[in-house]
Amino acid sequence: MASALLSAQKLPLRCIVPKVLMRGNHVVGEAAVRAGCRFYFGYPITPQNEVPEYMSERLSKVEGGVFIQAESEVASIHMVIGASMAGGRAMTSSSGPGISLKQEGISFLSALELPAVIVNMSRGGPGLGNIAPSQSDYFQATRGGGHGDYRNIVLAPNSCQELADLTYEAFNLADKYRTPVIILGDGMLGQMMEPVELPPEVQIKKLPHKDWTLTGAKGRPSRFLRSLILDPFEEEEHNWKLMRKYERITKEEVRWETSFADDSKLMVVAFGIAARIAKGAIKRLRDEGMKIGIIRPISLWPFPYKAIKELTKKVKHFFVFEMNMGQMLEDVKLALEGNGEVHFYGRPGGIILTPLEVSRVISSYYYQKRLG
Amino acid sequence: MKKIFSRPKSLKRTPFHYCPGCGHSILHRIIGEVIDEMNLQERIIGVPPAGCAVLAYFYFDIDMGEASHGRGAALATGMKRALPDRVIFTYQGDGDIAAIGTAETIHAASRGENITTIFVNNGVYGMTGGQMAPTTILGQTTTTSPGGRNERRDGFPINLSEMLAVAKGSAYIERTAVNSPAHILKTKKAIAKAFRVQLEGYGFSLIEVLSPCPTNWKMGSVESCKWIDEVMTAHFPLGVLKDITGDKKDAH
Repeated sequence: MASALLSAQKLPLRCIVPKVLMRGNHVVGEAAVRAGCRFYFGYPITPQNEVPEYMSERLSKVEGGVFIQAESEVASIHMVIGASMAGGRAMTSSSGPGISLKQEGISFLSALELPAVIVNMSRGGPGLGNIAPSQSDYFQATRGGGHGDYRNIVLAPNSCQELADLTYEAFNLADKYRTPVIILGDGMLGQMMEPVELPPEVQIKKLPHKDWTLTGAKGRPSRFLRSLILDPFEEEEHNWKLMRKYERITKEEVRWETSFADDSKLMVVAFGIAARIAKGAIKRLRDEGMKIGIIRPISLWPFPYKAIKELTKKVKHFFVFEMNMGQMLEDVKLALEGNGEVHFYGRPGGIILTPLEVSRVISSYYYQKRLG
Repeated sequence: MKKIFSRPKSLKRTPFHYCPGCGHSILHRIIGEVIDEMNLQERIIGVPPAGCAVLAYFYFDIDMGEASHGRGAALATGMKRALPDRVIFTYQGDGDIAAIGTAETIHAASRGENITTIFVNNGVYGMTGGQMAPTTILGQTTTTSPGGRNERRDGFPINLSEMLAVAKGSAYIERTAVNSPAHILKTKKAIAKAFRVQLEGYGFSLIEVLSPCPTNWKMGSVESCKWIDEVMTAHFPLGVLKDITGDKKDAH
């Protein structure tokens, strides 16, 4: 299979690449390695254990590959910082409680302007919660999560294919903007198996040169990377610098997908696996003649505020579905700026929405409002 | 005229901010001398801590990457694994390494990470104003142990280096001091040995340095240096705690 994949990569048409059936957590690992990730530091936590398991074997077979099962989430994210300072493409993965522990390091990554990829296969919370799929870490991911004034790029795939593509892209975005990128999946995405077209393997030597890494001051002046800036005016300037970067990201990296938007009377807004479930329900309702569409934010930060606002020119009714108590809902309300009506349906605690449940909620609202 | 003494090449022309009588300045200088003498300036990377030495990157003319509080050993692990042919050292205080960073340090030592740690033990949290540290000795007065450290309320001080010597992955552990010219020379030799241990791939090396903090000890410089000899070394005895290299000539 591997040789077939390699020879297929030389062909110009990507559609010729054979699909492989893979579990989401394995897809993350494989896509990362293909993106040039050589440093993985992790710690066991369900439902993402297959990521470190996959990486421990995969990286042992790659030149320069480093896998460490760290003593804690705190240690693993700081190992990521060390490898990133040295110029490597580094990743860690975890789930809810572990991601909370990593927040110290994520704040430092942002302050130090270091690229890194952090995968959260989130689960029911708060506290230990459970190991069922959940979207309850939306606020934590999109609002920075740790201390200080910063944002992370947050990408929310809804299939194993998109998990591969976005993990791969996450490393490019992290390097391009020198910022941590979070892949916000959930236990369902991590555990399910789907056919995937894997992205081609990058050649590490061909990746863009980094002129800020710590490699020993050979043939150049010494460098240092620090986050302590005692002078408030200097720290303010550093914050403005980060802000300007975030503005650039907000302009250039907003990702979303709309379906059935043209004639819709009601737009569903959902992300990740909830969006996939809602889309299934919408297809069924469309068959029954109901004019319902969906917009799926793919980048949760930067959030597609404009794309949602744009919809209010044609649509007055919005329905947000999430597997939490209403977190992205706040961003949708900000996007709508008081235009239209917004409603919410969510299930917290690790409950997976069902297509039947979603279609019942939508159709009762649709008929009550006499949209059809 | 022959120049017999000058600033090490590995130190920048920046005056130290450290308090009068503080051990950090001496230690910075001898680390700089060792880096020069071993010709490591182009291949060494330092990891300063959160603590009094956080600004070390203003003083050392080598690549340096700041760690958050206590995480030096984890950060250095990632760095060393990415750059196995460079020399990586962390520079950490007692609160950093023996309280908040205990797990990172013990596990780096247990994994036998081929890094060097300079552990500065002055028995107090210096930068934050002299609070009780994990290495504050019983009876010692600090801002959070105003009546003296009491084992029933505050617990006992930690002898981290002894604990690390037990770890199977540690290669070289020595405790020294910078309170007298003789001790300073021994410390310099110990640091050079630790870097050699790393260069030869033996694994984790750590030099614990008992260092005066006159400001927070509320003592004069001379008194502080005497206190190290008379009181501190009774709790933290000087000497080589572990050496797997079999190299006897460096043992004191």
